[in-house]
Amino acid sequence: MGKYVIRRVLLLIPTMLVVALITFTLAHLAPGSPFDRTEGKTSTATIERLERLYGFDKPLPEQFAIFLGNAVRLDFGDSVTRQRPVAEILGQGLGTTAQLGVQAVILALIIALPLGVISALRQNTWVDYGSLFLATIGTTIPNFVIGIFLIYFFAVTLKVLPIVGWGDLKHMILPTIVLSLGSAAFLTRITRSSMLEAIRQDYVRTARSKGLRERSVVVGHVMKNAMIPVATIIGPVTAALITGSFIVENLFSIPGIGREFVRSINQRDYPVIMGTTLLYAFAIAVANLVVDLVYGLVDPRIKVAT
Amino acid sequence: MATATRPMSSADTVLQLNVLSRKQRSLWRDAWHRLSRNKMAMLGLGIIVTMSLIAVFADRIAPYDPTSYFTDNGKRAPTLFEPVWGNPQYVDPRYLLGTDGIGRDILSRLVYSLRISMIVGFVPVSIIFVLGVTVGMLAGYIGGWVDDLLMRLTDVIYAFPDLLFLILLMATLRGTGVGDLLGGLLLLFVGIAVVNWVGMARLMRGQVLSLKEKEFVEAARSIGAKPGRIMFRHIFPNALAPLIVAVAFGVPGAILAEATLGYLGIGIKPPTATLGVMINDGFAVFSATPWPLLLPSFMVAIVLLSFTFLGDGLRDALDPRMKI
Amino acid sequence: MPELLEVKNLKTQFFTRDGVVHAVDDVSFELAAGETLGLVGESGCGKSVTALSLMRLIPSPPGKIVQGSIMFDGQDVLKMDEDDVRAIRGNNVAMIFQDPMTSLNPVLTISRQVSEALELHLKMDKAEAKKRTIELLELVGIPSAKKRADDYPHQFSGGMRQRVMIAMALSCNPKLILADEPTTALDVTIQAQILDLLKNLAQEFRTAFILITHDLGVVAGMTQRIHVMYGGHIVEKADTGELFANPKMPYTWGLLRSIPRLDESRKAKLLPIEGLPPDLIAPPPGCRFEPRCQYRREICGTTPPELKRIPNAKTDHEARCWGTQEGGWLVNVDWRKDTGSAKELEAIKQLVAELPIEATRADASGEPPPPPPNA
Repeated sequence: MGKYVIRRVLLLIPTMLVVALITFTLAHLAPGSPFDRTEGKTSTATIERLERLYGFDKPLPEQFAIFLGNAVRLDFGDSVTRQRPVAEILGQGLGTTAQLGVQAVILALIIALPLGVISALRQNTWVDYGSLFLATIGTTIPNFVIGIFLIYFFAVTLKVLPIVGWGDLKHMILPTIVLSLGSAAFLTRITRSSMLEAIRQDYVRTARSKGLRERSVVVGHVMKNAMIPVATIIGPVTAALITGSFIVENLFSIPGIGREFVRSINQRDYPVIMGTTLLYAFAIAVANLVVDLVYGLVDPRIKVAT
Repeated sequence: MATATRPMSSADTVLQLNVLSRKQRSLWRDAWHRLSRNKMAMLGLGIIVTMSLIAVFADRIAPYDPTSYFTDNGKRAPTLFEPVWGNPQYVDPRYLLGTDGIGRDILSRLVYSLRISMIVGFVPVSIIFVLGVTVGMLAGYIGGWVDDLLMRLTDVIYAFPDLLFLILLMATLRGTGVGDLLGGLLLLFVGIAVVNWVGMARLMRGQVLSLKEKEFVEAARSIGAKPGRIMFRHIFPNALAPLIVAVAFGVPGAILAEATLGYLGIGIKPPTATLGVMINDGFAVFSATPWPLLLPSFMVAIVLLSFTFLGDGLRDALDPRMKI
Repeated sequence: MPELLEVKNLKTQFFTRDGVVHAVDDVSFELAAGETLGLVGESGCGKSVTALSLMRLIPSPPGKIVQGSIMFDGQDVLKMDEDDVRAIRGNNVAMIFQDPMTSLNPVLTISRQVSEALELHLKMDKAEAKKRTIELLELVGIPSAKKRADDYPHQFSGGMRQRVMIAMALSCNPKLILADEPTTALDVTIQAQILDLLKNLAQEFRTAFILITHDLGVVAGMTQRIHVMYGGHIVEKADTGELFANPKMPYTWGLLRSIPRLDESRKAKLLPIEGLPPDLIAPPPGCRFEPRCQYRREICGTTPPELKRIPNAKTDHEARCWGTQEGGWLVNVDWRKDTGSAKELEAIKQLVAELPIEATRADASGEPPPPPPNA
């Protein structure tokens, strides 16, 4: 098992390298440099000087090498529009985004797991149809649309919650809910179908034939099997949360990394773009790694084999 | 005592038929039968067909050009109208669904947006299908370095979340010459295809691996069938079921991706109307009237819901393990 | 001697979208303590459903036990409430299922799975149960039982897994064990071992067994009595020896005839039973075997026969056939020589051959499909 873990961790490196390469290439294929935005207020000479300062005039492979070297030390250069180190900008936003993300995950789990289980056990009842309906809505309607409706309803009409800002509970409710919805919906469906699949298995009949009460059968036999596939979707859920955070932070003006990212895209602030992308990719790679490891721990068929 | 046995009556024959016919139905006929019983899936299918028709005949259906805007009595400022059910003061019956913040007819824009959405839904997914199935088939059947390469590639691409890559791609290459082809559509297609084809390939590969060992393949090989024929005529039809489901879910994924990009402002270039762009525009006038935001949002929801219902229905119908 | 199990007029049905399936249609039989009864028939004849009904394990939509009584140890199982039924499951009555690969929970150790019943019914604590589990595993022939008890099902071979299932069934010393095709999923050499094991256990613990199978070879060496099932009915009841020596129902004749014999000439053809099993949603109006029977007469198609004592056979030999009952036309027939009317055989074969590859089915409104061109 230990060897497997080490191997997977090492696999991160080439993956991140490729990600960095792609990011770097794309960023430099883009037309224009960030300084074009200044609209002629700066003379050409100044622009050239700035470019030299930021190293934009060196040949590309060299830039890439420098970039990599710095990236490993978590130095992504300075933001060209904000004149502050990228790492500092990211660091500031990281706490907020992480908090939002964790809250969203917890909320999603709290909603989805019980709903999925009950839905499977009471198939074709109102509970089931209701949760399926909600799950479908949650996965099909884009979260920015749901977000807007909620804002309209709670903030504009009822005026009970604030629209923008971050800090206390009042500010955190709507963004957390909106961010968690997609994942909650997805998790509900997965949990439900996983439970349904597990409950149809022959070993459930065997358990019943031993005279176990239905509750023991469900918890001890069915759920133990059903939760395995659920654990494996941590990867996609993390990815969804990350991409969701761009939208949610943008919508509610939350000072996190997501908002920075969107801003940097519109302003063509490449150091920020690259730094953020690397950070995200890393987070997702780690999440996928965790999933693989968890899967190995949880499913004895795999546990014993590795 | 010696009664002559009577011939079988037609009632018996009918009963016999009942028995045997129940047991002999091909997979596809059976699947269609199950699908057609699923009301939600059929509803979804109906809506999709309708929308496709609207998309194809957009020119004839839309009352106005989606990019021209209405100005009141030739004054420069555009006028914001509400849909016919709104505040009568702001309703102009020529604009059934009202106008948006720049005075463009919403109905026409919706119709043309639908066309874009359908194209964005189907075209990249077709590319993904062709590319993914081919590579997956080769990787699964031939194995070797093709397979290894595919697996490494998949690992890398999985590390990069789709939306992130798309955003990056659109943000960086939009301004370039490539980004201009087909009004920005090509870039979008390529982006969606690049990210998603690996998933399809992997799915296909998995199917091939499990089918490769089945007896009917061995039988085909033993009578001398060439690999190409085996792959195309034997393995492919049997692998089709989950692929179809993947396509059914891939289409709404692509449509959603486009909508999200439009909302973030980095989608297809203006002034083309797309659902995402309309939603983005709708935010601007939300405090005056919610409809320019709500209407395209409903549209997105309906489109995505239809595909989802159909996809769910297909999955249930094609699952050989499910008995009615 | 009071019977351990008395089943009277059991009817179990499944309510499906296509109609009501009469899976078990008026079945009655008895079983004495320590006796092994064979329940034989082809797939779909209702034997497994009968066993599941005995333990009230029928999935409740869509299935339902609609009629009958099951007296087990003096109590009617069908009238008990849920808690009482659960108390006897795994405890006084246990079941061994067909496919050991899927019938064991993949994420629990086998020690856990065997101990469950012990902890539940015999109220043992974990340590006691574990000890007893290891004893049971040794009893069923699992080598290095102590070490292997903490392994998972996927680490065992098919035969070993089935032994684990047997250990599980034996754990609380049940009075009755229902074995549903216990060897069908195993290969032949392992089959023999498992059957031997079951036989020894039956003798040693005086457990009653109902052995369900489609394989006549399996019941021949294992059972004292055999009941043959077809189309949801029991069609013949006899002592084992008597059934093989002196069968009294055309279906049983067909079964026995279809087994290739070592003393047959090489050129002799295999004799299957032509035709297909009946539709249990709309069963034939008369005898259920009539559409495939080469000995049929008019009465067979119109009136269903009852299970009756057979003349010139042992006293407890019963069969459900107009022909072999008192006064019937098959009473003195030597089934080994007389295979019935060739004309009827032709008619049966013809019908099967004429069926279109994909006949349209009756739709939910219940209207039958149009008759074929020849009828």
